Parts: sequence; structure tokens; C-alpha cells
Amino acid sequence: MTATATEPGRAGAARDDRVASRSLAARLLSRPEVGSLIGAIVIFLLFMAVAVPFRNIANVGTILYGASTIGIMAVPVALLMIGGEFDLSAGVAATTSGLSASLIAWNLGLNVWVGVVLALVVSVAVGAFNGWLLFKTGLPSFLVTLGTFFILQGVNLGVTRLLTGNVATADISDMDGFGSAQKVFGSEFALGPVTVKITVIYWIVLTLVAAHVLLRTRAGNWIFAVGGDAAAARAVGVPVKATKIGLFMAVGFCAWLSGMHLLFQFNTVQSGEGVGKEFIFIIAAVIGGCLLTGGYGSVVGASIGALIFGMTQLGINYAGWNPDWFKTFLGVMLVLATVVNVYVKMKADRR
Amino acid sequence: MSSATVERHDAAPSDTPILALDGVGKSYGNVHALRGVSLKVRQGEVTCVLGDNGAGKSTLIKIISGLHEHTDGTMTLDGAECRFPSPRAAQASGIATVYQDLALAPLMSVWRNFFLGNELRKGPFRTLDIARMKQICDEELAKMGIIIPDLDRPVGGLSGGQRQCIAIARAIYFGARVIILDEPTAALGVKQSGVVLRYIVKARDAGLGVIFITHNPHHAHLVGNHFVILKLGRVVLDAHRDELTLEQLTTEMAGGEELAELSHELRGVDPGKVVAPAEVEHGQVEAPARPDEEEPSA
Ligand SMILES: Nc1ncnc2c1ncn2[C@@H]1O[C@H](COP(=O)(O)OP(=O)(O)OP(=O)(O)O)[C@@H](O)[C@H]1O
Ligand SMILES: [Mg+2]
Repeated sequence: MTATATEPGRAGAARDDRVASRSLAARLLSRPEVGSLIGAIVIFLLFMAVAVPFRNIANVGTILYGASTIGIMAVPVALLMIGGEFDLSAGVAATTSGLSASLIAWNLGLNVWVGVVLALVVSVAVGAFNGWLLFKTGLPSFLVTLGTFFILQGVNLGVTRLLTGNVATADISDMDGFGSAQKVFGSEFALGPVTVKITVIYWIVLTLVAAHVLLRTRAGNWIFAVGGDAAAARAVGVPVKATKIGLFMAVGFCAWLSGMHLLFQFNTVQSGEGVGKEFIFIIAAVIGGCLLTGGYGSVVGASIGALIFGMTQLGINYAGWNPDWFKTFLGVMLVLATVVNVYVKMKADRR
Repeated sequence: MSSATVERHDAAPSDTPILALDGVGKSYGNVHALRGVSLKVRQGEVTCVLGDNGAGKSTLIKIISGLHEHTDGTMTLDGAECRFPSPRAAQASGIATVYQDLALAPLMSVWRNFFLGNELRKGPFRTLDIARMKQICDEELAKMGIIIPDLDRPVGGLSGGQRQCIAIARAIYFGARVIILDEPTAALGVKQSGVVLRYIVKARDAGLGVIFITHNPHHAHLVGNHFVILKLGRVVLDAHRDELTLEQLTTEMAGGEELAELSHELRGVDPGKVVAPAEVEHGQVEAPARPDEEEPSA
């Protein structure tokens, strides 16, 4: 063998002068959450200009509360989308959780906390069931969770009517453990002029934890991989099933958190609640830069998406506009944000 | 990578193989991709698997790497019968693979792909040791002789050969006992192919077992200790390198007469010939006459 090829090693690796190093701006612009950040700033400035109450610092609490109720679910839904799957049952699953806690505690006359813990089991089990069904049937998650969506919707109504003869659960505010549970899931505190709901704290903590997991842990690496190319991920030793089922269970956990807030905020749960929410979570995730095809996205972006949602919802109110148009506005936002995301990413990748 | 270099040029290959297949078969529904294949992989040797397109080479190594389970026969690892339920299980046994389709996640960065499934972690919270992973990735790629200036770039934007180099560097870095390379040099330049062949030799010298799949008889003959030729899912030749010359190997790979016929046929092509430019209707380029169609290649 004539040894003409260079010795393996540094010597052979001259720098490639066709590739200019990328500027910091280009790198920042190629982050998935850029589009949502731009959108959030634009919306913020818009409502600052047109809605007088929007400028009132005391209303920050209300806006953040609106954002947090969406954000708590948008974060795990974004993780799931990065992992390549959808969960259309996420909205009604929160209601299922609230109903379970309330019905279990009320009908068995137990401490409210028992209901809370059993509701957690139910919620995580629903998530695991979604994941299991996905792999068992081999169907796309859009279909599988659409099935779960209808199943849960029916169960919510049916079981509630069966046990209470009503469409809502009974008021559990005088039961044992209600006070402490309400402190955990439905309290609020003052921070200067701003009243902060506890869900805001949960939302921020969830966002930080999820962002850390996604970018700095092995599980995060696996989430990107199973969403980007599940077959390739499996071939190099990533446990694809466990990762995806884990993601569905994370959605279940957050649905529980969300459901507990519903219950302890209003003392009762409406059994028809939550329908249509699933799309709002997905919209927040997409505005935040998640690709529908998986493998790419950001939880911080999803949280910014939730913030946009919160600002818009109240901004329209504060501006005195007809709230009938809210959904239209949301749809326009979705399309615009997605176009901006794609455009910014394309530009940044070229630089 | 190169440790105790045991000099054992054609020493008697009597030691027990790390991996042995006995009468292994694999059906994809009604397609019998592999039938009764027996094969031994010994550490410190290079086993070349050769054969036509669709012969079943990739299917064979996918069984060994845990991607598929065989439907017939037995596989033994260190003398004990085994079945890998997943690639993760095969990797835990020290088997690393470069797949023909590379198995890279296109939207993930170079270093994340390199360590996918084998992430390095540090600290009490087991967070990713990103700095070290990037450094190792950079070094390993440099050893392959390719330059990727920004390891944070998604691999989807790299050239086919660059991607192949990442997959090869990854397998060589993580292979502990057996390295499987499925057509690793298919997309590579002359220089990088040379590096890969050297790596195969180094891995052999380090005492690893190597399974090398290629369509290039020259490459195979340069590094192979054993040659296994598959045809339509069956082993048609299993020989030690002492028993074969390069010419014989080439002839065997091409199915004997086929090569002779080809060289006879191509003698008339007149390589220096230039033809006046013309436009051609779709599908009007004539198919070369091939009288001996015997393969039902789908
Ligand atoms: N997933 C699958 N489902 C059905 N048939 C398959 C599948 N994978 C491979 N086959 C069939 O099995 C046979 C062997 O395929 P295999 O990929 O092992 O060939 P190969 O020897 O690696 O070919 P090449 O040199 O082109 O890579 C082919 O006939 C192929 O069509
Ligand atoms: Mg192949």
C-alpha cells in the first residue's frame, strides 16, 4: 500500500477557508424562539399604545396569570412536539384531573389531598396510555390522541353526571385538606403593586426546568433525536419508546397541575371545560418555534407564545375592542409568527 | 486507540469467535432476505462481507447490531446464545455500527449527533459535559481528516461524505469489541477512504473484531482476513485470505462470467469518442443490452 494519504491527525486538517465564522447576531437569530420574541415585543408595544389599562402596572399580574394557565401546558406540549408527537387530549385531560380529584374526595368522603394524589395517578396514567397506544397501534399521535380527546370528553361528562346528577362537581371548599391544597394550587401573593398568582411561579419554574432538561441533559438530547429521526435515534441506542412515553407522561403531569388549579381556584369543576384548549397549547408551541414535524423547537419560545396569548387576550379587552375577534387575532398571529420563524431561520442559517 | 499490537499475521484463528451466527435467516413478510447464513467474527480480525445490491448484507449486520431480530437460526455472543432486542443492547455488548443510511438526526448539531446515545455527563445533576464532548468530537473528526468549522451546525447541512465521516468516527470511538461498517467508503474521497482503511487496520490491531461491508474488492482485499460473499441471501463463499487472490475475489464478487462478459462488451465502447450534441426525448436513452438477466432484483 503506497502511503501517500496524510497521517490521520491534526496535520491533515487544514482550516476550511470557505466557511466564515458566524457572527453572534446570526447565531442568536437562528435560535428557534426569535420569532416569538419579536412577536411578543410587537404585541406589547401595540397594546401599550392603544390600551390605557395595559400601561397600569397592577394589571401585569392579570396578564401573567392568563399567560401562566396556558404556559403550564404549553411547556410540556412543546417538549412533546420537539419529540415528534402531538397531544390533542391535553386540554380535556386537565379537566379530567380536576374532576377526578373532586369526585374521589367528595364521593368517598376523603381528605381532599387523597383526591389530589389519585388525580395525579390518573393524569400520568392517561399520558402513559396515550404513549402506549401510540406504539401499540403504530398510528400517528394526531389520531391516537384525537381518540383519547373524545374518550376523555365523554368520560368527563358521563361520569360527572352519573355521580352527581349534574354537569359540574359539588363545591368541596368545606372538606378536610381544602385550605392547604388551595394554598398550594390556587393562592396568590402581592409583589409590590402586582398580585401574583401561584400558577405564575409554577409556569416560570416549569419553563426553566424544561429548558434545562432540553438543552443540558441526556434526556433533552434524546427528545431532539426521537423527534428529528426516530429510526436513527433507535439505531444509535436511544430508547425511543421510553422517551416518547415519558413525554406523554410529562404532559399528563402538567395537566394534573393545571386541573388542580382549576379545582382549587373555583372549588368546583365544569365537566365540559377544556375543549379547544389543546390547540391553544399547540399554537403557543408553534409560535415559540417548534416545528410540526418535530426535532426542533424551544420551551422558552413556547412560554413566550403563552405570554403573547395572555397579552392579546387582555389587551383586546383593555383596548375596548370586541372580544369576538380574539380568535381571529390569534389565527393571524399564528400564521405571522410561523412565517417570521421560517424566514428568520432561513436568513440566519445563510449567514 | 492503538494499544497492544498483537503480531499474529495469519496465526491459527483457533480462538473462539466473539460472535457467531449459525444458520441465521430473516424474513420481511414474504421476502426471505437472509437464508441459513453462518458467520464467525473473531476479535483481532477483519471479516469482509461482500455481495451484489440487495444480497442481504445490510440485513445481516442489522441483526448483529440489534436493529432487527432474526427469524431463524441462532446467534451466539462469547459462546452463549443471545438475541439483541434493541441496538442499545448490542452497544452494551461493545458492538458499534456505521449504518448504510448513517443514522444521524439531521436537525441536531454535529457534536450532539456524535454522542447521541453515549452522552458524557458530569456533576451531581448529571448534566451534559458539553465542553468535553465538543472537544472530543473535534479531535476525532480531525483524525478522520475532515474539517467541520462549527460543531454546532446541524448535520443536515453537511455534505454526504462529511456526514459519513461523522458516523464512522462515532462508531470507531465507541466500538469496544466489534465495529461494523456498512459501506463506509461509499461517499468518501480518496483521502478519507484511505483514512477509513487505516482505521480498520488500527481497530484490528487493537484487538477489535471488524465487519467491513464494501463493493470495492480492492479495499476488501487490502484489509480483510476473511471474506464472506452473499448472494440472494445465502453465503456462496466463505474463505480466508490465504485461499484467494485479488483477481479471484473480484471474479467471485462479480459472479464470475459476468465480469468477463462486461470487459468483453466494454472493449467496444471507444472511450475517446465524442458525439455531436443533441436533445433527447424523455426515456429515449437506450438501455444497454444485458442478455443474462438472472436476478429478480426488485
Ligand atoms: N425493511 C424491509 N422490508 C422488506 N424488505 C426488505 C427490507 N429491508 C431489506 N429488504 C429486502 O431484503 C433484501 C436484502 O436487502 P439488504 O438491504 O440487506 O441488501 P444489501 O446487500 O445491503 O444491498 P446494498 O448493497 O444495495 O446495500 C432486498 O431484497 C431488500 O429488498
Ligand atoms: Mg446495504
